[in-house]
Amino acid sequence: MFISRALEALGGFFTAGVREIGEFLIFFRSSFAWLFARPFRRDVFFRQLEFIGVRSLPIIALTGTFTGMVFGLQTGYAFRTFNAQIFVGSTVGLALTREIGPVFTALMVAARAGSAMAAEIGTMKVTEQVDALSAMAVNPLHYLVVPRVVAATIMLPLLAGIFSLIGVVGAYFVAVHLLHIGPTVFMQKLTYYVDADDVIGGLIKAAIFGGVLGLISCQRGYRTSGGAEGVGRSTTQAVVASSVAILVLDYFLTSWILELFPGNG
Amino acid sequence: MIQFSGVYKSFGDNEVLKGIDLDLPASKISVILGPSGEGKSVLLKHMIGLIRPDKGRVIVDGTDLSKLDDKALTAFRKNFGMLFQNAALFDSFNVEDNIAFPLREHTDLSEKEIAERVRQKLDLVGLKGAVSKMPSELSGGMRKRVGLARAIALEPRIILYDEPTTGLDPLMTDTINRLIVDTHHALAGTAGDTQKKSLSVTTVVISHDIEATFQVADFVAMIHDGVIIESGAPSVFEKSRHPFVRKFLDRHGDDA
Repeated sequence: MFISRALEALGGFFTAGVREIGEFLIFFRSSFAWLFARPFRRDVFFRQLEFIGVRSLPIIALTGTFTGMVFGLQTGYAFRTFNAQIFVGSTVGLALTREIGPVFTALMVAARAGSAMAAEIGTMKVTEQVDALSAMAVNPLHYLVVPRVVAATIMLPLLAGIFSLIGVVGAYFVAVHLLHIGPTVFMQKLTYYVDADDVIGGLIKAAIFGGVLGLISCQRGYRTSGGAEGVGRSTTQAVVASSVAILVLDYFLTSWILELFPGNG
Repeated sequence: MIQFSGVYKSFGDNEVLKGIDLDLPASKISVILGPSGEGKSVLLKHMIGLIRPDKGRVIVDGTDLSKLDDKALTAFRKNFGMLFQNAALFDSFNVEDNIAFPLREHTDLSEKEIAERVRQKLDLVGLKGAVSKMPSELSGGMRKRVGLARAIALEPRIILYDEPTTGLDPLMTDTINRLIVDTHHALAGTAGDTQKKSLSVTTVVISHDIEATFQVADFVAMIHDGVIIESGAPSVFEKSRHPFVRKFLDRHGDDA
């Protein structure tokens, strides 16, 4: 009795998950069909580049600085115990360019811009503005989804690059001025160990995260129903689903990128 | 001419349309009557392909909508103008940009010509002064009129109205009803000027407002419990013996 009910619940959970993923893939395919369709709406696209990219800069700069600083502090203290402080620069540099820069940037943008995408498209959905677009012979996927997803894909690597750069500056500040590690040795090890491969691998990841978070957020908005409450639900789901997807995807992308761009580590 | 044959549509377990068979005449004003929550909007959205039937066919001017893919359907919708129940204005655009939207998307008109066309449409709905207002600054009746101006900006051959007078006061209801009739004739005129002479406008209104229906309709149909239970010219419809039609008409008669 108990077992059959547990199995039933498990099965229900499983089919719901499969259905969600199926819906998402169908959404992806339908949107992809409009990727290169005419007309190209420059204004709409640039507005998204500005919203997702330029307006995320302050928060990316702020979180980048502190992430770099705390990382410099932690590695500095940890490495001091076995007298390896000279490797703080390279460790922080590798961690930021390969891992922390892309992932933290993606999480921040998901929280800031992904939630906004879901809320905006969701509100348009429940007030029939999405239907109105369709009725005016404008495909909503083409008008709303494509520019957002493309803009996120382009902007995420740029933001992640800035995040890593500022993070390294923060770590440098902590390492040199608070932990009294020599500036020359910090920079020397940093430039010696961090390769173009590390940076490129990180930027590729960031671009993929951008596309994924844009697509997930738009899809959550697009399937909104049920008024203000529904919009709230979609917004939450957009952030949660994007964040989970970013972290899970990160593992698989990393294992793949480490093979393609091994660097020298 | 808009034809439904054997159209079924369910949402989850809720079967909304249970075999709709209906021919709406071309170049006329048709009104589809029915109680709230019985699938009138769903029926209307089938005409423009916003909702696709589970079973059956919707044929608009000889084109079977189910045979069109996404892109072809999008292009086909240029024939339509639709006024949504709450007008569905883009709330991030002002009135002018709302009405200009379909013109910027689908015509090569210059900004000056677009501004001229916007003014002309606003004039037609009696809202000349509202050009730079935001939708949030407008009353319900004004929003509907802006929505109508936007719907007819491209001078479509088919205009769909989703409950155009619901939630409006009696005076505004009269205004909107007059606009529906005026627009029908005005567009029939302009269509004749700019395109082939034989073109004319087909108007479809869904409503539960009996009085308004008989003011504007050339053709009336009634939906109940997922099927069309009566249809015909207003004079025929009024004399229907179908018990639900009688109940609906008489009840509203008492109210008035």
